[in-house]
Amino acid sequence: MSQQTFHIRVNVNGRWYEADVEPRMLLIDFLRDVLGFTGPHIGCDTGHCGACTVILDGRNVKSCMVLAVQVDGARILTVEGLEQDGQLHPLQEAFWENHALQCGYCTPGMLMSAYFLLKRNPDPTEDDIRKAIEGNLCRCTGYVNIVKAIKSAARKMSTRKQ
Amino acid sequence: MPKALPEIVDAYKQEGKYLTGKWIGKPVKTKESYRHIRGKGAFADDVQLHRMVYMALLRSPYSHAKILNIDTSKAKEHPGVLLVLTGDDIKKIMRRPFPQPTTPPARNAVDYPLAVGKARFQGEPVAMVIAEDRYSAEDALDDIEVEYDPLPALVDGERALEPDAPLVHDEVGNNVMAHVHYKWGDVDHYFEVADRIVEAKFHYHRFSSTPLEPNVAVADYDERLDIMTIYCNNQAPMEFLPQLAAGLGMPFPKLRVVTRDMGGGFGNKLANWPYIVLAAMASKILGRPVKWVETRTEHLQSATHGAERICYVKAAVTTDGEVLAVKMRCIDDDGAYARHEPAGITVWAQVVPGLYKIKALENDYYAVFTNKCPAAPNRGFSRAPHLFMIERMMDRIARELDIDPVELRLKNLVPPEEMPYETPNGCIYDSGDWPEGLKKALEAANYWEWRERQEEYRKQGKLIGIGVAVGTDSAGPNMGQVRMYNPRLPYSGGTEGALVQITPDGKARVTLGSSPQGVSHETTAAQVVAEVLEMDYDDVYVQTGFDSFTSIYTMHSGTYGSRFAPLGIPAVYIAAARLREKIIKIVAHSLGCKEEDVVLDDGQAYCKQNPEKKTNYRRIARIAYGNIPELPPGMEPGLYSIAIFRPPFTHPNDHNMANLALTYSFNAHVVVLEIDPETALPNILEYVVVDDSGRIINPLVVEGQVHGAAFLGFSAALYEEYKYDEDGNLVNSSFMDYLVPYATETPAFKVIHMETPSPFTPVGAKGMGEGGGTSIQAVINAVEDAVAHLGITLEKSHIDPDTLLRMIREARGEEV
Repeated sequence: MSQQTFHIRVNVNGRWYEADVEPRMLLIDFLRDVLGFTGPHIGCDTGHCGACTVILDGRNVKSCMVLAVQVDGARILTVEGLEQDGQLHPLQEAFWENHALQCGYCTPGMLMSAYFLLKRNPDPTEDDIRKAIEGNLCRCTGYVNIVKAIKSAARKMSTRKQ
Repeated sequence: MPKALPEIVDAYKQEGKYLTGKWIGKPVKTKESYRHIRGKGAFADDVQLHRMVYMALLRSPYSHAKILNIDTSKAKEHPGVLLVLTGDDIKKIMRRPFPQPTTPPARNAVDYPLAVGKARFQGEPVAMVIAEDRYSAEDALDDIEVEYDPLPALVDGERALEPDAPLVHDEVGNNVMAHVHYKWGDVDHYFEVADRIVEAKFHYHRFSSTPLEPNVAVADYDERLDIMTIYCNNQAPMEFLPQLAAGLGMPFPKLRVVTRDMGGGFGNKLANWPYIVLAAMASKILGRPVKWVETRTEHLQSATHGAERICYVKAAVTTDGEVLAVKMRCIDDDGAYARHEPAGITVWAQVVPGLYKIKALENDYYAVFTNKCPAAPNRGFSRAPHLFMIERMMDRIARELDIDPVELRLKNLVPPEEMPYETPNGCIYDSGDWPEGLKKALEAANYWEWRERQEEYRKQGKLIGIGVAVGTDSAGPNMGQVRMYNPRLPYSGGTEGALVQITPDGKARVTLGSSPQGVSHETTAAQVVAEVLEMDYDDVYVQTGFDSFTSIYTMHSGTYGSRFAPLGIPAVYIAAARLREKIIKIVAHSLGCKEEDVVLDDGQAYCKQNPEKKTNYRRIARIAYGNIPELPPGMEPGLYSIAIFRPPFTHPNDHNMANLALTYSFNAHVVVLEIDPETALPNILEYVVVDDSGRIINPLVVEGQVHGAAFLGFSAALYEEYKYDEDGNLVNSSFMDYLVPYATETPAFKVIHMETPSPFTPVGAKGMGEGGGTSIQAVINAVEDAVAHLGITLEKSHIDPDTLLRMIREARGEEV
């Protein structure tokens, strides 16, 4: 309130948005409360849970650890942007088929960390997968089906490419 | 005879006439997941309302302190601030404090949602601010000045009972929240005839399974309609509606409580209602919607913790390993307020002898107040800690008698031929082949091979531990067990409601009394409705969450106590079955045949004699809702069906005997782990679970619950513990130091299923989500097994590498 604001322009899921924000506003609050992208969630206040993970200019970041003013001019992909032309992303399909979620609160962040992994490493080992989601907490699944789903998505994506 | 009397079994017996296996038992992809994978979950924090404002809470930094003065004048001037209230303000508004479930003198405790006069735990809210936005509300907290006079803190449950202990509630005069003394069976006789008495002390530590979504409330008071709508993530809204109604002075029909998607619960979201009451009062004062979202630090410090339990256990045993009777003296440290506890001192009575033929048990049991966060359920509420005592005791007995712990268990497990089995306190274990289940787990984990190799490994300096535990998730509770600590509580039986409607377009609409938190009730309810009504799963629409304006409820409604499969699903089944019978009558009348000749198939209906002439649900619904003269004469129009499932539960009798839960699932966990002798870090080498939850409605959902329960127990045993210092400061209140494991620390759990249907539910499914806490006891048994040859015993349900390393070094005579 009543603080100086900054004008920012951000591309989220392929569309540009403009807004005036307080310099202290967190990216997660900007995405959720200003733009209405409620896919990314807030699960902690120390940057440990990863529920707010999004892709910022090609990298996965915890959007509670980034200020909105820092993303001026950037491109962001949230979970809402994974689906293309009404088609689920193979990761989304695999999470659904393998029951890789229960309450769904960690899912949007988990999917984005998995997405970032498969961009870099299309054929990850179980160890690679576990390391890639090391910044994302899940309290429901014991990670068993999450690991299984990411493996299955990787397989499907490489078959589709061939 | 321990086998339950036939008349009791008959009274509980249920049959499912309309089970075909078309939908039940299939790994159907869940309805809920489709929202979540697209980021479209409907969580309480996603609620955005016009003119909404935000609540923030100022919390006491002291665990125990008199509040001498609160100066809110500066905060009230803070830009954006609309309202600042202290405990004294709330006291005036509420007129009387929250009703207490306890008996006198504990009943004299005064509990308001903001501290009045003194703060009793670190993090207790003392003042609240409502502002135009969240950031301003939090800023203004810094402008409130509170003058405290710190008092000595009480942080130890055993110390609470000492005459000179600090008093948490001066009005109570001591620190006893409740005291009970139970005696079932001839304990004294068995202790006289026993060959040996084995004694131990165990300590179930303080932790909570911390759902990833914190507590949230959005209260929206509509002055025009005089209706208060609450969007929240409480697991059992009907449990707190009386408190809300009393706090606001409003009748139930004016209070609409809504839950939708919930980001986990594990029992931790049963007692968040004091905060909901605060948001609701603020909304009524301001005439604007008020949102409150707890931070993680607030959640860990001050939401609710699972109760801590200390037990002194004595077992009367024979030389050849028969466990005859157990005597216990236990203390539950329930923290500063009785907001759900002291229910825990009775709830464990669902599983008095564990899974064994133990003939008698005595327990002198206290629940105490301390200056710690109030306790409330955590996955496996009260039964998991009791099974911990029993399962740890079995390992101790085995060691003293020099019998393999598995042999001891197999000798004492209730055998399948004695099912349904009546326990010494009148509970009915419904079904299962437990020895077979344990054997399957041992085989899958190569138990005997590991045992053989263990000695070899020891010679090489390696510390390998093998832990085995069995458990049951007693499910579908008879709430009447609370009368075992307060016989006047008007709260008994165990029920759940459901509505199934065929809407005029021929689709099914279902509402549930439960408030699910990631446990796929929409999916499993839809499978049951699709099966009973012979229609497509995709044509069944289940309302997300609970809505007190549309859901069919009782005062027991909610999602806790593993109660959906044993109580909620039967309500869905019965509602659908009644509707099916009505539909068949309409079809018979409409197509002109006998009711028994009507065939329902995939949303269509015909008479056996003439399969060509078909009708369908859309046409039937048109008749039922709009073309009334074509209904059978005298039939009430519409296709609504409401059912409330009522098992024949009774109050506990004068000897505290009653059947306290409807179904008993089974699990056996086998853990093999290695302890690094230099760092004491554990490494899980093998983790096998055998699970028998009765008839499985959806294997994906059941397996997910098994994984989750195993994970949270493993995590509590090795990572999670709330640590208080002597002044009552919680020293680990963020995910930085309250350690919850990531995927890299978590083992791959192997799951094997068995399916022994419950005779007491129409579908045969049993409650199983809590899992009985078996993984904690299995992991601790394994750690103790790894170091027992060094003379080390473990008292607690948690062990961290620092502590274990110190024990190992001490045992080896090294410098610590």
